[in-house]
Amino acid sequence: MTEQSHVALNEVVRRYEGPPAVHAMGPINLTICRGEFFSVVGPSGCGKSTLLDVLCGLVRPTSGSVHFEGRELHGEVPDGIRVVFQEDSSMPWLSVRQNVAFGLRTSGKPEKEIAELVDHAVSFMGLAQFADHYPAQLSGGMRQRVCIARTLVLRPRLILLDEPFGALDQQTRLLMGDELLRLWRETGATVLLITHALDEAAMLSDRVGVMSARPGRFIDMVETGWSRDRDSRIVSDPKFGSLTARLWSCLREESLKTMGWAA
Amino acid sequence: MTRRRAALFVRIAVVAGLVISLEICCRTGIIDPLTIIPPSEMIVSMVDHIGSGEFNESIVNTFSTIILAFVMAVGFGTLAGALVHGSSRLRDVADPLLASYYSVPTFIFYPPLVALLGLGKTPLVVLGVLSAAPAVMISTLSGLDGVPPVLMKLARIHRLSPARTLWWIVLPAALPRLFTGFKLALSYALIGVIAGEFILSGTGLGYAISFAYQSFDNRAMYGLMLFVLLVAIIANGILYVWEGRLARRRSVG
Repeated sequence: MTEQSHVALNEVVRRYEGPPAVHAMGPINLTICRGEFFSVVGPSGCGKSTLLDVLCGLVRPTSGSVHFEGRELHGEVPDGIRVVFQEDSSMPWLSVRQNVAFGLRTSGKPEKEIAELVDHAVSFMGLAQFADHYPAQLSGGMRQRVCIARTLVLRPRLILLDEPFGALDQQTRLLMGDELLRLWRETGATVLLITHALDEAAMLSDRVGVMSARPGRFIDMVETGWSRDRDSRIVSDPKFGSLTARLWSCLREESLKTMGWAA
Repeated sequence: MTRRRAALFVRIAVVAGLVISLEICCRTGIIDPLTIIPPSEMIVSMVDHIGSGEFNESIVNTFSTIILAFVMAVGFGTLAGALVHGSSRLRDVADPLLASYYSVPTFIFYPPLVALLGLGKTPLVVLGVLSAAPAVMISTLSGLDGVPPVLMKLARIHRLSPARTLWWIVLPAALPRLFTGFKLALSYALIGVIAGEFILSGTGLGYAISFAYQSFDNRAMYGLMLFVLLVAIIANGILYVWEGRLARRRSVG
């Protein structure tokens, strides 16, 4: 572990007991630096979500070790890590404000402080007009923003995002990507994004890890070289096209293997 | 007019139409008033009998028994549902039993219940619980099955204890389906207790209706029947409005 290292996976393997037994991923060695925006792409079923579950402590690795801020995880979610899931995880019985306040309430903060933090997070995510609405009254994109606000209001030091924009249309994805970059810059958090969208990974990340077909391992690490103040306008940069092309050239063979079409 | 209001209007109109038709049929002799008295007479009879105070003890007996049976059914059914939900082996055993439970007429157990527990409230409460608890158990299982796995993951991410997970995530997520079970439980408890009193008991409104029937006192019988019906409708109406408020929060599009 270097001083800059925020999260480190050392020879991590995850197998699921059968029948049939499945070797989901690994061995994986990975170090993510503090404040880095790191994305993971890979073919379907390669173990991306398993990697995220192992990283946040929801699942124990079968072998190997995971360190967060220098401490080894032992099957528990440490303070400082929060996750935004692919599925809508807003609570339909709570208003937007109450959803965003959920994590703060569970941690027992005083109501006045909660109200201030929630108001700020709700405004920050452009949800101020809908603060008293219920999730059923919001669009899919707005519900996902509620989930992101609920995560960010806790000021996590490591944010894990599991295909958070998977259900959104392309325009909304680009705009949400811009918002995510803004949040990342302002909070200084480390971000790990799991995505199947190569353009999303190329646009948002400092570094992209490309995973192989199952059992997932990193077969390439692509440094994007973007500045921190990037936004979705970089999609017109010629470098963006070459980055996406590089990611696809790494992934094509692995995706063919997943489909059973490999030569 | 909103769709909900229109549906409510149609429902009221249908019921009012049926009541008016019955009134006309009874008043014109199409239906023999010795068989069924006109609804207006039923209302007068209900007001007379309930207002006279002669059935106060029966009313207290019956409704206290129903409430006790309902509360016990909700407690027992929810607990049993949660236990069965937590064990796949228990689930394998319980699922077919629950699926076929309501094909068994539980009233047939009343004589052995009297033999075991004696006359009085206890066998009626047990009968009410036997009628109502499985509905709560089924709805509890359905409610717990319906808690989205992502919310359970969320609970772990927020490091909630099992008790807090239950209170903050599981119960609110399962509440709409639990509520359906509570509504059914109230109806089944009411049916179980009134029918138990009607068949074998010597107290309560069910017995009073049965006594009036056997004494050819149609006026008293229909008056008491209408009273039971109104109380059941009001109790269900309260639960219905409460459930509607819950559902509207979750489904406003």
